[in-house]
Parts: sequence; C-alpha cells; structure tokens
Amino acid sequence: MSDPENKKPIDDVTGIETTGHSWDGIEELNNPLPRWWLWSLYLTIIWAIGYTIAYPAWPLINGATEGLLGYSTRGEVAADIDAREAANAERNAELASADLATLSDNDALYRYAVSSGAAVFRTNCSQCHGSGAAGAIGYPNLLDDDWLWGGNHEQIAYTVRHGVRNEDDDDAHYSEMPAFGEILDKEQIPPLVEYVRSLSGLEFDAALAEVGADSFADNCTACHAEDGMGDPEQGAPNLTDAIWLYGGDREALTHTITYSRFGVMPPWGGRLSEAQVQAVATYVHQLGGGEADPDPVTD
Amino acid sequence: MAETPPPSLYAAREPIFPRRVSGFFRSLKWWIMGLTLGIYYLLPWVRWDRGPNLPDQAVLADLASRRFFFFWIEIWPHEFYFVAGLLIMAGLGLFLFTSALGRVWCGYACPQTVWTDLFLLVERKIEGDRNAQIRLLKAKWDFRKWRLRLTKWLIWLGISVATGGAWVFYFTDAPTLLRDLVTLDAAAVAYISIAIMTATTFLFGGFMREQVCIYMCPWPRIQAAMMDEGTLTVGYREWRGEPRGKHRKGARAAAAAGTATTYVETNLPEADQGTGDCIDCMACVNVCPMGIDIRDGQQMECITCALCIDACDDIMSKIGKPRGLIDYLALEDVPPPKESPERATWSPRPIWKHVLKPRTILYTTLWGLIGAGMVFALFVRSDIELTVSPVRNPTYVMQSEGSIRNIYDVRLRNKSGEDRLFHLSLSSDETLRIELEGSNDLSVLVPANETLLQRVYVTARRQDPAASSNRTDLRIWVEDVEAQTRASTATLFNGKGE
Ligand code: SF4
Ligand code: SF4
Repeated sequence: MSDPENKKPIDDVTGIETTGHSWDGIEELNNPLPRWWLWSLYLTIIWAIGYTIAYPAWPLINGATEGLLGYSTRGEVAADIDAREAANAERNAELASADLATLSDNDALYRYAVSSGAAVFRTNCSQCHGSGAAGAIGYPNLLDDDWLWGGNHEQIAYTVRHGVRNEDDDDAHYSEMPAFGEILDKEQIPPLVEYVRSLSGLEFDAALAEVGADSFADNCTACHAEDGMGDPEQGAPNLTDAIWLYGGDREALTHTITYSRFGVMPPWGGRLSEAQVQAVATYVHQLGGGEADPDPVTD
Repeated sequence: MAETPPPSLYAAREPIFPRRVSGFFRSLKWWIMGLTLGIYYLLPWVRWDRGPNLPDQAVLADLASRRFFFFWIEIWPHEFYFVAGLLIMAGLGLFLFTSALGRVWCGYACPQTVWTDLFLLVERKIEGDRNAQIRLLKAKWDFRKWRLRLTKWLIWLGISVATGGAWVFYFTDAPTLLRDLVTLDAAAVAYISIAIMTATTFLFGGFMREQVCIYMCPWPRIQAAMMDEGTLTVGYREWRGEPRGKHRKGARAAAAAGTATTYVETNLPEADQGTGDCIDCMACVNVCPMGIDIRDGQQMECITCALCIDACDDIMSKIGKPRGLIDYLALEDVPPPKESPERATWSPRPIWKHVLKPRTILYTTLWGLIGAGMVFALFVRSDIELTVSPVRNPTYVMQSEGSIRNIYDVRLRNKSGEDRLFHLSLSSDETLRIELEGSNDLSVLVPANETLLQRVYVTARRQDPAASSNRTDLRIWVEDVEAQTRASTATLFNGKGE
C-alpha cells in the first residue's frame, strides 16, 4: 500500500496519495487544499478579531464592549436624524409660517407638507384615528366630509394645535352635552331617539317621533339647531347626515342622550413643532374630506 | 510504524507558464477578446440622443433616477421583469451551450478567462515565452528581474484601473464622471468601486488565474451536471494516440494524409507501427493555462479553451499526420476496441447529432419564446401608464349624505420627454363619479419622464347598487389629451356589503 521509493502512502485504485489514516482498512485520499485558502481563513480570523476591537461586540453583564471606533447604531440614527432635520430646517421654517389655504400653489412645499404630515400622523395620531385615518367608534373618521369642529385648513390646524375638551390647553375646543338622563324623564328619551333617527333618514316610529319633536325643540336646538344640522362653532354634530360618531342605532343613541359623551383630544401644539402641526393639518385636509378655505378677508 | 510523517493537507500553487500557441482556436479567442473587451471599455462612451430632458448615453444604469437606458429602450423600475427575462435568457443560453459544447463559456467568454488571457499576453511580451519565464522565476532578484517584474505589474495595474473605471461609467454620464474622477470631485462610491474592481482584476488575472476556476467559481460544478456523453468537449483520441512514443521520422508514408482533416477520417485508428500518433512532445501540456494534461481524460480543471487542440494540430502537421488527435469530441465517440468485429464498420456520430438533441432543442425553444415575448412586450409598451392601488385602510368611506367613496392611489407615468396633461375617467357606462384630490377638473399635469402619485376618489350614490353590494368591477382610464393615447387599469369598488 505504499510507494516503495519515496515511502508515500498511495492508494492502489486511484493512484492518489492518502493521508495515511486508516480506519478498518479504509484510507482517506489526500487531495490537498490550496494553501492560500488556508491563509484566507486566517485572514478572516484576524479580521474578525480586529472587528470586535473596533466595533461593539463582546457582551458584558451590562451592555457590551463599545469598540475603539465608538460606533453605535443608535448614534448613527441620531446623526442621521440630525442631518435630515438640518437639511429640512429651511423648509420647516417656511412651512411653519405658511398660509395653509394657499400652500398648494407652492408645489414642492405642499408635497413636503403632505409627506412629512403623513409621518407625523402615523407616529402621533394613528393610535386613535387609525393608520388609515378611518377612526373608530368615538374617534372621528378623517376621510369623510363631516367635521365636528370644521374642516378647512385653519380649522383642522387649530384642532390639532389645541385639542378638544382637554385641561392642558385653555384654547382647546370645549363644549359639553348634558346627560339628559338627569334632566328628562325616562319615558321622554325613546321618543327623542325616534325623532333623531327620523332626522337622518333612518327607519323610525312616526308616532313616537312626533312626541320626540317637542322635547327636541325644547332641549336640543340650542346646540344642534332647529333643523338638527348642528354647529361646528361648538362642536355640535350634524344629526341629519349619515355619519354617527358613537353609532346611530337605538341603543347607542339612547346611551348618548342619557349619559352624554365627552370625547377628548390632547393639544399637540406643545408636543409637535409648528411646522409639524401645519404639515399634519395639510395631510389630513387632503385625505378626502377637506373643506374649502374661506376667501381671504378683504377690507 | 512511524516511518513517514503524514503528508501535508495543503499545497502551494504550482506556477503555470502557458506557452504561446497559434492556430484556429487561438485566433478565434483573440477575436472574441477584442470584441468583448472593446464593447466593455467603449460602450459607455457611445452617445444616443434622446431629447432635452434625458441623458444622451447609449447604455446607462441611472440608479439615482431609477432608469435603465439601452439605446432606444428605456426601462423603468416597475418593468424590471425585462431584466429578469434577460437573466433567464442568459441562464438558458448557458444551459444550451453547456449541454451542446461543454464549457465553452469558460473557454472563450468568461471575464476570468478573457482578462487572464490579456494578462498572459502582457506577461509574454515583457518577460518572454514559457522558458524565459521559468528562467526568470529562478533568477536572482537583480536589476533586470526587478525591471521586468515592475513593468509587468504596472501594465497589469493600468489594465485593472481601466477595467474598474469602465465599470463605473455605466452608472453615470461617462464624460462628466471622468472629469470628476480626475479632479477628485466624484462620489466616494465611484472611487471605492474602482478600487475594488482594480484589486480583483489585478489579483485574479495576474496571480490567481486557474485557482479562481478550480477553487472559487461555482460554475464548473454546475456545468458538470449539464453535460452528457453526447456533449462535444475538448478531448484526446486515446485510441489513436496510444501507446505514445517518440517520433521516428519516415515511419509512416502517410505524409499526404496530413491534409486529411475531416472528422471521420481523423477518427480512424492509425496505430500501425506499434506506437500511436502521440509523440509525447508535451506541447498540449505546455500551452495549457490550467496546467493539466488533457491526455489523462476529462478533468475538472479543463476550461475547454481548445489551445491544446491548436498545439497538437501544429505538431501533427509537422510530423505529417492528420490533425485532430486532440479535438472537440464526445464521450460516446470512443470506438469499440480493436479486436471487436464492429470496429471495422464503426464511424462516429456526425457533429450535428451531438448538437441537435432534445435537450438543446428544448433550451433553444424556451430561449426563443422568452425572447420573442420580451420583444413583443417592448413594442406594445405605451408612453403613458398607470398603476392603481386601491386604499384598503379603510376599504370605503361613508360620506355625510350616505354615499360610499373609495380612494385609489393612482401612479401616472409619463414616459415621454415632454410635460403632458393626463385626463382621468371611468368606463363610460359607469354610474359612479370620479374626482381628483386637489383638482377641480379631471386633468392633471404630469412632468416629463416622471411618475406622479394622484389620489383619486370614486363615489357611489346612496342608492347605487355599487354602494350596497360587496364589490363592483371598475376600470380607470387615463388619456394623454395631446398625444391621443390612452391606457386603463381594472380595479374594484368596495361597497358596504351585507
Ligand atoms: S471556471 Fe468559472 S471563472 Fe473559470 S472560466 Fe469557468 S466560469 Fe470563468
Ligand atoms: S486541457 Fe486543453 S482545453 Fe483544457 S484547459 Fe488545458 S489547454 Fe485548455
């Protein structure tokens, strides 16, 4: 099994040198690996060691080694954000003081407002209004054409800035519907429910509604107006449309009238920059329901 | 039994000094090298006028604005399937060639082979042919050796830089980039790409050569699975050449047979003198860039560069024997043994039978079908396009008067070189209403060569069947008012359902 001249173990069948290892008479052929391959393995090991010295790597009890280069992904993100903010500083300043009603004339700034407003919305507003801005029971849908506090650019921006019925901002929208369960008799409520349903074209009991019409005139018209159209000045919902923030079925209406509702929105003026408020108002306005802006006052 | 130390499990690279050779295949390879390298280095400089708003470089992968330009063809990112199709065609092409002709890709067209060939040419011009190179390797490091080595390395480096440089020109306007590169104004990524390409070209072409093919490249492993006994590949007619022996002049009167060059003739066994046609001159081994002996049979290392064919044919014609002792042949071409009665009537399969077989026909058909499909798709592309992505969060919006609205994000693409007014509409029999965000009419201006994202509203009145049903089919049209071209996309309208 070996070449007598140079004493190399040679496999008889293939004529290839063997490693000399033999297991139960089975020998392993030696097809040597190129030496540079070995070097490249050593090189990767050296590289790996250098890497763990230069970059954060070894886990310790609290955290990990920091690496000589002082690199951290968190730091990189922070630097990235700073760079982007610096790059946007000029546009943000322009946006903060812009007149939103005419913003769309400035195409580039308008697009910037919409896309940065979308980001602001997803981070801060989607928790209540939903990532698609469709809202939920008690949280207004921002895609439709119905606005409690008005839907033109300035009105939306105002609502965002100061919020609704919160205690943190003196300028917050405020209104409070009384809990009529404490004012009216229990029997007076079902007729009122039927009358309210009749206003928006829902199926209703005509006899009861007729009774309810009177108590509506006595108790509700101050805010919801004679025709039930509501009043955006005081956030009184329009009762004649197809949209119900808390539901239009009898049970929900009974609950609303009996106990009232008290939807709150925090003021964003302090938390968001003015540019962000303007941006998110622009974004919300272009979602589909935005109302026309009033003509500039000329006097 | 501790007589010998265990053998080393690692081997140093044996330097290879391929000798110069000339012949049909060598010339063919020179031509291919000239053509491929010429295309590679010069293509970025070819200009192609596309009008004022578009780059005038004939071949340009414009990553920044996400466009690929190839002469009159312009590919947008959403048309990446063209690139995928080309890659599939390239893959099928490799299958086809490998199953018919073995590793022709490796032998003739692979960049590794082509640049190694070029580097070998430089080496030979500076240091001389094989024997001179071997002498130089053994020589002391005196002035002459330093001079020769440095000159060679410098030229190699020049070629490498040009190679890396040419690569980046495919990604930005070449003349501008060249000026920026020289004035050090170019982007860091350009310099880094050039540096990486330069280093790999220098290393792979100058020093690693056959090691790349044997140990690094996956292609030989794949190719082995695609060849069969009918595949034509470089081989040695053992039955004609063996037993090999030193040439004895005049041993054969068949000098005239030196003109016999057809496949069938050269296949006939010639060993009538006790020795075969191989005179063991080592010419085939000395020219081999992979450093192997083809007479040992098919080997993993052989890239089928066919240079040993040229070398052997040259020797055969010198000793007056027919060419083709080393030749393109298939494993199934081995004749029956001499003693066997079939030997007299045996003849090899004609070449076309090796090439034309079900596999190659299948590959060619697939290749052609994909190619035809892509050409067709290229010609039916229009200058305006739209994609519609319905907003599904929420699926519909109820408006105050009870109507149902769906929102669509419509991307309008204006592929022409001018700003165009796009008009949107629904199919004429629709009872639904279409509106555009931020626009009072149904027209929107899309800038030249750009995509515009437009929010589109489609509304169904309260009583409309579409408002109460689950889903309704819908088709959104866009018309380029000026050019009178239009395009449409089908989508769905979501109602309240039940
Ligand atoms: S083995 Fe790989 S690197 Fe070598 S020639 Fe073939 S494809 Fe190219
Ligand atoms: S054996 Fe012949 S064909 Fe194969 S690599 Fe060597 S010279 Fe080229």
